Amino acid sequence: MIDTLLQGLLLGSLYALFALGLSLMFGVMRLTNVAHGDFVVLAAFAAIAITTVLPWHPLTIGVVLLPPAFGFGYALQRFVLNGTLGKDPLPSMVVTFGLSIVIQNALLQLFSADPRSLDAGTLATESVQLGDGIALGTLPLVIAVVSLACTAALQMLFDRTALGRAFRAVSDDRQIAELMGLDASKIYALATAIACALIALAGVLQGMRTTVSPSDGPLLLLFAFEAVIIGGMGSFWGTFVGALILGVVQQIGFYFDPGWGIWFGHLVFLVVLVVRPQGLFPRTR
Amino acid sequence: MSGALIQTRSLVARYGDAQALFGIDFELHAGEVVAIIGANGAGKSTFLKALTGMVGVPREAVRYGGEDIGGLRPGAIVRRGLTMVPEGRRLFPSLSVEENLLIGGFARRSGPWNLVRLYALFPILKEKRRLPAMQLSGGQQQMVAIGRALMSNPQVLLCDEISLGLAPIVIKEIYDAMPATTAEGMSVVIVEQDVSVAQRVSQRLYCFQEGRVALAGDSNALTRAQISAAYFGD
Amino acid sequence: MNTISSLRPEHSLTTEPSVSICAPAARAARHAAWVATGLAVAVAASLPWWGESSWMREFVEIACYLIFAMMWNLLAGYGGMVSIGQQAFFGLGGYAMLALGNFAGVNPFIAVPLGAIAAGLIAVPVSYVAFRLQGGYFAIGTWVIAEVFRLSFANLSVVGGGSGTTLTALRGIDKATREGVTYWTALVCVVASITLVYLFLRSKRGLALLAIRDNEVAAESHGIDVRGMKLAVYVVAAIGAALAGALYFLGNLRISPDAAFSVNWTAFAIFMVVIGGIGRIEGPIVGAIIFWALNKFFSDYGTWYLLGLGLLAILVTIFFKQGLWGWAQRRYAWTLFPTQRRLKL
Repeated sequence: MIDTLLQGLLLGSLYALFALGLSLMFGVMRLTNVAHGDFVVLAAFAAIAITTVLPWHPLTIGVVLLPPAFGFGYALQRFVLNGTLGKDPLPSMVVTFGLSIVIQNALLQLFSADPRSLDAGTLATESVQLGDGIALGTLPLVIAVVSLACTAALQMLFDRTALGRAFRAVSDDRQIAELMGLDASKIYALATAIACALIALAGVLQGMRTTVSPSDGPLLLLFAFEAVIIGGMGSFWGTFVGALILGVVQQIGFYFDPGWGIWFGHLVFLVVLVVRPQGLFPRTR
Repeated sequence: MSGALIQTRSLVARYGDAQALFGIDFELHAGEVVAIIGANGAGKSTFLKALTGMVGVPREAVRYGGEDIGGLRPGAIVRRGLTMVPEGRRLFPSLSVEENLLIGGFARRSGPWNLVRLYALFPILKEKRRLPAMQLSGGQQQMVAIGRALMSNPQVLLCDEISLGLAPIVIKEIYDAMPATTAEGMSVVIVEQDVSVAQRVSQRLYCFQEGRVALAGDSNALTRAQISAAYFGD
Repeated sequence: MNTISSLRPEHSLTTEPSVSICAPAARAARHAAWVATGLAVAVAASLPWWGESSWMREFVEIACYLIFAMMWNLLAGYGGMVSIGQQAFFGLGGYAMLALGNFAGVNPFIAVPLGAIAAGLIAVPVSYVAFRLQGGYFAIGTWVIAEVFRLSFANLSVVGGGSGTTLTALRGIDKATREGVTYWTALVCVVASITLVYLFLRSKRGLALLAIRDNEVAAESHGIDVRGMKLAVYVVAAIGAALAGALYFLGNLRISPDAAFSVNWTAFAIFMVVIGGIGRIEGPIVGAIIFWALNKFFSDYGTWYLLGLGLLAILVTIFFKQGLWGWAQRRYAWTLFPTQRRLKL
């Protein structure tokens, strides 16, 4: 049982990386990016494509992908998504839904439906021994550390820096923030840029941990979303914990039957939604 | 007239299909405190919004410091030294008191106002600076809103109904702080519901009525009767 | 600043269109359109006697797309609730119809509306969960719920689990009759759906719906039961989606969880509604026709076709906010189903 718990926590830490970007974009500009999971898959395939040309280790590729991902997110928000924001959630949803379909089919066309993965080398096979005969894979541990670091960094960015203040201000009251001289469209673009950088990292790590195929996106979106809701909106640590919980719940489900893990996660999500809709660790506004 | 810091000539403004202002002639000179009074819906807030770029007007409609600034984006106007304390305070709930003040300094120009000086002006804010801004009382929130505006070191401060919802003693406390702000030559435009406060605090006064200037003159020269007539429209 | 304002349709007290048409001519044109529609329905009803069976099958399929899209439009454009999970009720409708037909011995053609209602009523408990969320998160939350149904049915061996099962109740009937009656069922469902939605939106309830959509708080203060209305719309939309599902699998004869609860249904509905124009009754109709035509000519291109659809949806959202029909309506002031109230001074 301890083993299941630990595996669940490690799985959850990867989900946290998925969820942070979603939480950030929704928190700053109330934008729900339906293509969020597909961006993760896109990043994984981008890394896979690079490995066919350059013999780098996936982690290196992950770092190399950060700047272009940042730029992509900035441009996407600035020139496409900013125009869809407003009182009506539909335009942004339709555009991102359309993006989801475009990405999935473009990847299908380029890579076929076969699952692929990134060769993490020894990282994927090594493990760390913790007494009692429990061994934790090195890769999952690396993912957990990265996820923890990103959550801490993001929370600190929000709470302690001028940019974080700007994020919170435009999220609270865009009109008055602009009255203070803030440029909301650029700030939104920065938020999406950071989210996409996180997504790129998540995608590469996902590709190392398991296989990816072009149609994986929607399910990853649902995981990210469930993590955010379970954890409670308004706090990145909340999202992190929500993701851990989701991971553990799924792992417990997998333990009983391979077909039940995801279903069990959905169920727990719904229960939390009914019993405590504000999530477990909401930050009041 | 030359020498005016702010000048509008026949300013018109609309909210969607409805016209709110029907040709406002207005002037503000450096170092002045000017009040705008009028009933609800007279267009006072709309006028301030037109000055700060929150409502669109033609470029030539507003002249500030020798430049036509009508319709510019609010950020550009703040950087030129024209800052507003908005109606209803509109503090940022996710930010603490100090963070609200800091964000006011985002488009800061050079000038005397900074956190230290603000805390000297409103000591209670220093005490409560780490609290979420919305946890403060109405009067204290108003101080935060004013402080937030001062952080940009404006040349002209526009105050939109800052006494709304506050007890008289609190209103007095806030307006008592005004001389400290105008001492360095900052000009102020206040929009006020309370006519006696407006007269006491300002040198000149405009009375708006249904989107037009019904009365304009020196604050201490205007009689009660004149003001009533203009306020309610006869 | 380039902002795209809401995709929501205009409502009462709007200004006159830029192209002015004198009232009597407009009304006469509308009457002519109604007569033409009535004739078209009569001709369509006679199809089994002179048409090919492939036409009838195509119609049944378009009918399902159309009804599903209309209901999605009702929910999103009028109810203000954008859902990516309506396929939950589509699938439930299909399975309910199948269960009634296979296990309860109900005539499958009757089972279609019955199954639709039964499945649609499940929307009530579902709403207790779904209504905890708003906006974009509501949309994804409904998707999760649909996934729960999909995975649950995939584990239900009595209906064939993951590989699905067949509608055995229609085994005894000969092909021509079956296809004919299925076709008529589809025709009836389409006409009924359009009529009901139209009447509903013209009613007092419909106006209340618009008020809620535009400003919930204000509507509540005028005594409109916001929560009740939203629940009503959600249930109606669910019944409609279930109807489309029941009809689809009546025609398809085979059901499986992946086909029944696929998010593609909602994707198609979104596409049809966006292309046709959200919030207008004719929008989904136009969108369904365009979608069917695109399917006919391009679906062989597989992934390229879907990619194109996605791109088209994005472009129409950004550049034709009111959909293609909405744009045409603006330019030419066409209205087939007038639900706007114009203040003529």
